[in-house]
Amino acid sequence: MSVTRREIDIQNSMKVSESLKIATTGLKTNKTRSMLTVLGIVIAVASIMIMMSVGKSSEAFIVGELSGLGSETFIIRPGQEPAGPTDITDLLFSDSLKTKDIEALKRKENVPDLVEIMPLVVIPGSVSYEGDTYRADTFGADALFFSKAFKLKIEEGREFTQNEISSNASVVVIGDKVKKELFGESDAIGKHIKIKDRKMKIVGVYEKSGQVAFLNIDETAIVPYTTAQTYLLGINYFNEVVVKVTSGDVVNQAARDAEATLRDLHNITDPSKDDFYIQTQEGLVDQVSGIINSLTVFLSSVVAIALVVGGVGVMNIMLVSVTERTREIGLRKALGATNKDILQQFLIEAILLTGFGGAIGIIIGGGISYATSVILKTVLELDLPFAVPYLAAFLGVVVSASTGVIFGIYPARKAARLNPIDALRYE
Amino acid sequence: MSKKELIHLENLVKTFPDGTHALRGISLSIEKGSFTAIMGPSGSGKSTLVNILGFLDKQTNGTYIFDNKNSFDYTEDELAHIRNAKMGFVFQSFNLLAKISVFDNVMLPLLYSKINKNEWKRRTDLAIRAVGLSHRTKHDVTKISGGEKQRVAIARALVNNPEIIFADEPTGNLDSKSGQIVMETIQNLNEKQGRTICLITHEAYVAGYAGRTITLKDGQVVKDITVHERHKKGDRYTK
Repeated sequence: MSVTRREIDIQNSMKVSESLKIATTGLKTNKTRSMLTVLGIVIAVASIMIMMSVGKSSEAFIVGELSGLGSETFIIRPGQEPAGPTDITDLLFSDSLKTKDIEALKRKENVPDLVEIMPLVVIPGSVSYEGDTYRADTFGADALFFSKAFKLKIEEGREFTQNEISSNASVVVIGDKVKKELFGESDAIGKHIKIKDRKMKIVGVYEKSGQVAFLNIDETAIVPYTTAQTYLLGINYFNEVVVKVTSGDVVNQAARDAEATLRDLHNITDPSKDDFYIQTQEGLVDQVSGIINSLTVFLSSVVAIALVVGGVGVMNIMLVSVTERTREIGLRKALGATNKDILQQFLIEAILLTGFGGAIGIIIGGGISYATSVILKTVLELDLPFAVPYLAAFLGVVVSASTGVIFGIYPARKAARLNPIDALRYE
Repeated sequence: MSKKELIHLENLVKTFPDGTHALRGISLSIEKGSFTAIMGPSGSGKSTLVNILGFLDKQTNGTYIFDNKNSFDYTEDELAHIRNAKMGFVFQSFNLLAKISVFDNVMLPLLYSKINKNEWKRRTDLAIRAVGLSHRTKHDVTKISGGEKQRVAIARALVNNPEIIFADEPTGNLDSKSGQIVMETIQNLNEKQGRTICLITHEAYVAGYAGRTITLKDGQVVKDITVHERHKKGDRYTK
């Protein structure tokens, strides 16, 4: 008649589905409290979602913009590579890249893979036509190269020619928005707009192109770089030099050749004293991805702290719940629940609580991320694509459920270890 | 220990950590199918004794043999299994879970049993019918009378078909009419189903339902009398 070990073995512990039912009933009994308890987890998981989603979108956006430049292109900039935002302003005033550098780089023996080279000059200020002013992004460049590099098409007119560049001609190619702002629907070709008080003849209008490589083409005005240097700014240096090589495979080698040529020309022996720096598309992508990733990691660790705080909240409420339900635990034990059954019940309750919080967090976080991309698109006209961060959603579920396990185990063990008669007598 | 014995105690002692001697050497046996009432004034040790018999507490010293095995030889999980499969409990304060139905309360021990899930509903319905509450199956336990609550507790004690039912002051919180119904239900379980009953009471009329009355005082048995002896002596304990 006595109970055999086998009987005990056969008697499986209470099924998880039953524990789930009990836990759900327990949580439903105190709906408001359950909701408030998981708030910390909801916020933390939503933050993870937002950060990873926005991080991923920004990365996709920036990488997309950089790709607009083409993998067979690299950029030479004057000065030292900027380490921070203040250094960027120095770039505009660095005068180390001049016409002789362009001539040297063009020579086959120096950079054999070079196909084309375009110096670029930034022209601050706005453009105007008969009293109407528009704040366009104005550059001195090679319009043909510019069109090719950014894969742009001319809607009306033409790009300016090499001859016009050589002769410092006062010609300009404008973007779609510049044309519409200054001329509306009427014809712009052949008319003169004023840049830095100098009349420039419009020879071409770009097709509506939007954002390419951080530049809104529709808002640009391109004049020959020679004209910009001589007549508009009175300088003899460039702000940027864009180099196109035969293919993406040789871009690193070509960059090294250009580096050697310029060092030689500038009499630089110590690379740390370079007065220029080169950025390849691949390098820029890596750099940007690296920055975004480390920013995401940093912010994630802040969120991890939020999760711990949320977890402590869950543990606190679970302890209160165990105390409140001491008699229930005693009763369940009197009716045959083993320590494992009670442990399982409270642990599932904690996991359900945090898992539920995680799910809500994912929905809220996803919603906010989506809304952010929509707002940026409509308000700032920034084409930040909404990227569903599946990893973040998965992480959110795993992390929140783990929080339930980590912070639920102590209250659950406390409940499981209660002596049945002490628990039943608890007032 | 005879084959008919379900419980056998020898010199059972219980001393609480604060030094209170609740039981001071109890020796007795309870046979299968018997109906035993344990009486005594407050502090006599009757609840402590039943808690130990029901494996809800442990003795400090002495031997407790349940189902031919010494209580100290059972593991914690085995004890939980015995409480589930071989014992039923009825408490003075009912100890029902609020906010769930009569049915769910009665079914509770089955959650921890090895009984097949397909059997749960049939067994629960049977137990509820046995205490005459079939019309209350779906009711919330907070919305039924005290007498009905105690009958729900009895149904819960029955659902696993236990060998023995321990009832600690089952009529303590009930009016006399409800108390009578509850006691008749318990007596039926003993007489018609042959279940062993061990009941604590301080009321003579409740003890009158039992075939044997053990009286405790200061943690010791001072009287152990069967119904035949009682009748012979013209004992005033009658139902």
